[in-house]
Amino acid sequence: MGLAKRIIPCLDVNNGRVVKGVNFISLRDAGDPVEIARRYDEQGADELVFLDITASSDNRDLILHIVEEVAAQVFIPLTVGGGVRKVDDVRRLLNAGADKVSVNTSAVLNPQLVADAASHYGSQCIVVAIDAKQVMDDKHNSPRWEVFTHGGRNATGLDAIEWAKKMQTLGAGEILLTSMDRDGTRHGFDLALTHAISDAIDLPVIASGGVGCLDHLVEGILQGHADAVLAASIFHYGQHTIQEAKQYLAKHGIEVRL
Amino acid sequence: MTDIAVVDYGMGNLRSVSKALEHVAPTASIVVTSDPSVVQKASRVVVPGQGAMPNCMRELTGHGLKDAVLEAAKNKPFLGICLGLQMLFDESEEGNVKGLGVLPGKVRHFSHDAMINSERNKLKVPHMGWNQVHQTMQHSLWNGIANDARFYFVHSYYVETVNSEITAAYTLYPTPFTCAIAKDNIFAVQFHPEKSQIAGLTLLHNFTKWEPHSSR
Repeated sequence: MGLAKRIIPCLDVNNGRVVKGVNFISLRDAGDPVEIARRYDEQGADELVFLDITASSDNRDLILHIVEEVAAQVFIPLTVGGGVRKVDDVRRLLNAGADKVSVNTSAVLNPQLVADAASHYGSQCIVVAIDAKQVMDDKHNSPRWEVFTHGGRNATGLDAIEWAKKMQTLGAGEILLTSMDRDGTRHGFDLALTHAISDAIDLPVIASGGVGCLDHLVEGILQGHADAVLAASIFHYGQHTIQEAKQYLAKHGIEVRL
Repeated sequence: MTDIAVVDYGMGNLRSVSKALEHVAPTASIVVTSDPSVVQKASRVVVPGQGAMPNCMRELTGHGLKDAVLEAAKNKPFLGICLGLQMLFDESEEGNVKGLGVLPGKVRHFSHDAMINSERNKLKVPHMGWNQVHQTMQHSLWNGIANDARFYFVHSYYVETVNSEITAAYTLYPTPFTCAIAKDNIFAVQFHPEKSQIAGLTLLHNFTKWEPHSSR
């Protein structure tokens, strides 16, 4: 017996509401974030991830209020990301009650942010989110994964595996890995990508993007070597409870917190 | 008067600790404080901590809180969490810094070479997530908590005690390490009770009721 694999529901928050997009585009309302957070906690979620996808800067502070409200009622780890640009943004989220802060685009624009935030607040609270997409490497005529930013709109030219290693060196404590090819498709994780990154680094890896059924969660752990699996729509719309997902994993020999 | 002082020496998020205490002891006065005199006057003291040991020891000294914490560790119900456990020992491999030396032992990094489990899978560092806490002594703080219950961990260093009699629980990763210690008025844990849902809240509740001298 030992460390359990984690199941993490993800709440994309837009203007104070939980929404779910397909391939990072069309959004659908899924409810009130505090209410949903409480429900997942009761069902046995191991952690919660909130990604603030609010575009308007007017509504940026809404996420702080939501985190405060959730943190006063839900006593499991909370990761919050989206729009984190400077160390002060990390501080404000931690003070509101986040346990970990996830950075994505800003880490690419300014990798020093990861180093500064980690040295200030500790690696344990710095999650680097990597949005990766498979591309053809013209030179070698073979596929590889490239890092994308700005919610998947901008290619960076960075190799996802090398980038994950660099983030580990700079002090990240965990990697949240999303396959842009799979996100919202319900076709399952990009297992080759997950496996490649998880085996290349010592940090825990959360697999994300593409979960459509419980078998996908099992595959992410057994074949993708993920330490945690993240999903949104299978939980938001009542297809499965977290508890069902855990029972299913346990049935497949995976250690979970029941 | 302050019932419970949560010691704030500028290391990370203390909001979850104070919120969790408020949740389990709604009528108690709980103060997050960096004022040594408030710590001295409190009936119970909680020392949380995140981040790196060298910064932690520097900030503790810099805020003038070192003596107040040492005093609390001698004479009142004291709960250390994460770095609040590690700092009680003689020294840490993290930055080769001296601890408070309240308890004999050393804080060590998980050895990368040893991080392979029985299925020959690589174990990640930090040790992050929900692991089982195997209780090795009877203690009031374990009341109502099942043996081998899971708590939330996030750390790369662990304490290696000299006296195994103070070990209150151990956890496997992959070999056993001490994840809770108890001695007189001190109880300290490597995991985060404030983030460990019902098991964690139960432990915090037990702490708010604990009378170290009447029972252990």
